[in-house]
Amino acid sequence: MDALLLQILNGLDKGSAYALIALGLTLIFGTLGVVNFAHGALFMIGAFCAVTVQRFLNLSFETIDETQKDFLGNPLKVKTPYVESWFGPDLGAGIIDWSVPLAILFAIPIMVLVGFVMERGLIKHFYKREHADQILVTFGLAIVLQEVVKYFFGANPIQTPEPNMLRGSVDLGMMVGFQANAIIYPIWRLVYFFFAIGIIGGVFAFLQFTTFGMVVRAGMADRETVGLLGINIDRRFTIMFGVASAVAGLAGVMYGPLNPPNYHMGMDFLVLSFVVVVVGGMGSLPGAVLAGFLLGILESFASTTWATTTIPGINQIIIYLVAIIILLTRPRGLMGRKGVMED
Amino acid sequence: MSKNDVTRRGVLKTGAIAGAGVALPTIFTASSAAAYMNEPTGGSVTLGFNVPQTGPYADEGADELRAYELAVEHLNGGGDGGMLGTFSSKALKGNGILGKKVEFVTGDTQTKSDAARASAKSMIEKDGAIMITGGSSSGVAIAVQGLCQEAGVIFMAGLTHSNDTTGKDKKANGFRHFFNAYMSGAALAPVLAARYGNDRKAYHLTADYTWGWTQEESIKAATEALGWETVNAVKTPLAATDFSSYIAPVLNSGADVLILNHYGGNMVNSLTNAVQFGLREKMVNGKQFEIVVPLYSRLMAKGAGENVKGILGSTNWHWSLQDEGSKAFVKSFGTKYGFPPSQAAHTVYCQTLLYADACERAGTFNPCGVGQALEGFEFDGLGNGPTLYRADDHQCFKDVLVVRGKENPTSEFDLLEVVEVTPAAQVTYPPDHPMFAGGELGTCNPGA
Repeated sequence: MDALLLQILNGLDKGSAYALIALGLTLIFGTLGVVNFAHGALFMIGAFCAVTVQRFLNLSFETIDETQKDFLGNPLKVKTPYVESWFGPDLGAGIIDWSVPLAILFAIPIMVLVGFVMERGLIKHFYKREHADQILVTFGLAIVLQEVVKYFFGANPIQTPEPNMLRGSVDLGMMVGFQANAIIYPIWRLVYFFFAIGIIGGVFAFLQFTTFGMVVRAGMADRETVGLLGINIDRRFTIMFGVASAVAGLAGVMYGPLNPPNYHMGMDFLVLSFVVVVVGGMGSLPGAVLAGFLLGILESFASTTWATTTIPGINQIIIYLVAIIILLTRPRGLMGRKGVMED
Repeated sequence: MSKNDVTRRGVLKTGAIAGAGVALPTIFTASSAAAYMNEPTGGSVTLGFNVPQTGPYADEGADELRAYELAVEHLNGGGDGGMLGTFSSKALKGNGILGKKVEFVTGDTQTKSDAARASAKSMIEKDGAIMITGGSSSGVAIAVQGLCQEAGVIFMAGLTHSNDTTGKDKKANGFRHFFNAYMSGAALAPVLAARYGNDRKAYHLTADYTWGWTQEESIKAATEALGWETVNAVKTPLAATDFSSYIAPVLNSGADVLILNHYGGNMVNSLTNAVQFGLREKMVNGKQFEIVVPLYSRLMAKGAGENVKGILGSTNWHWSLQDEGSKAFVKSFGTKYGFPPSQAAHTVYCQTLLYADACERAGTFNPCGVGQALEGFEFDGLGNGPTLYRADDHQCFKDVLVVRGKENPTSEFDLLEVVEVTPAAQVTYPPDHPMFAGGELGTCNPGA
């Protein structure tokens, strides 16, 4: 029972990332009709926003310490971050410690801007082209973006640790009556899960309870009619591209402490997120979220020793297996609507 | 009356044989004028540096390239000479190799076997490389070693740690300076026993490919010989990025040690996840829970950040060593590039010098002559103490370093501290050891 709960929990945080990326993908597909293979790159750029903020906060000046030597035997250059010199050692170190949460403030405008530039600069030219063309151009863009990041940040993973206060794990099992160490769970993974729930809730609320959201939903249902009513739906859809970009970016910012960001992380998530979108139902926002969590949990179960010894390799194919089964039994996905991508 | 022996069948047969000969790639044939593949005829000789310039190990590849360029500079008499001055063999004079200026070409392995073979093939066929060296992965090293054997050039392996490279996949034209998984196990075991005791229960997470398998086999054998029990050994996909599902069951398994048979990004992520799950703060079976990373790399330790603190592992070489060879290399490399070299940089620099030295001693670039000069060669002054290039399997035997993540680093490079230098004798195994069984060196191929 405890192992079951543990794997469900594990699946939730993985599912959170899938759900956030798939939500953005579905937003873009639902509004602009574009299959955006560069969406994983937006997730990666978000994570590197956190790396950038961390590096910015760690900008330092050097002082020579004659008492210590560097690796060549010269007097050691000691680096002191400017923030520690401006705000004092304790507050300065505290600001650096909270660089990941602080990066959210930086990432939102950056990601919205990246989304705008991507949509206005490149993707809008492919609206009337085949889906295959859209996939090729966005996939190419993803490769370019990851190579640019690699050029500036290198190929190795870069640590973006969570704040000290949120480091370590909690014994959730003991809270519900299990023995000690039965269900240990890292605090930051819980934070990530609740953060994802907050973002998903925010996006749904924005679409459901604002006039802007109402127009966007109307445009998703019937773009032409909304246009005929004199509403500039293209501008709103561009804004939604920015929102989707910010959602992917925020998912990336907060993911950094779970696994150190590297230039390739977007590609690792991209294919799985597309499977999530297809399983959830093309164009269905609730479907994307539901499928994200569902597949995250299934993947987690498939990685247990029991599963891998019973069916070797199941951990690597489970998501695709489930996708095949769902598409065979429900061709439109879990919550797909009739008419979407069926013309 | 003359008899004409030409038959339709004969013409077809002859044509087929001639066609097959023409179609055979030139890499597998040699010019009748040359005594061996890519025999240098002008005033220079070309070496092929085949390293990952793109892909996940690109940073290690970049460090390897820096070291290769430094080695070429030193071989041609430039710079401060680096380890040429400390190398026990004095055959190298700083005037190139056998009087020919050393030039080089580079290839990108992308850490993919097929790409690595293609780039090596191109360097041999198009650029006339007389020797291929490099790589940051055992899969790649084994693939390229096989190609070099077929092509008739020497392969001086870079960073490859799988037992198979000089075990079941060993080749007469291939040579490895880097240590291997068996040596890591043999070096680590006594240190683990001294620090963590003989009554431990280990849980292994293992990267599911050639290096991971041999690493798990080696460290399991070494720890079980200490009296440790192996509770579970789980293979993880090489492409895995999140290891939480694999780490979550560890605490419930009764294990009190987690051994991460992972390298590169796998190691960074699995270690980060393990620390997140609070494993190192737990007491299990009345003992402090411990994590072991059998193969360490400073570049990867940097990626894992604070998570490496206090964690034991092994490494081929570390820049903080105080022998004359290491100091000379660190000084050369550090002065030129501004930071200390990695173990990958060290091993490829050594391999380049060792190849050049073997050519000088053999008096030829012929792969068979060079191989013979390397076989059984004993040397010192290259940073690992007295070293033997064993003739039986072309594996170097030298001291192995047991290292630990440093608690209070003084700089961004000061991540590991050497806790033990395990003598070569302790990590030496017989050539017919079961972990290395199954392959034959074969005979050297000069490509002619």
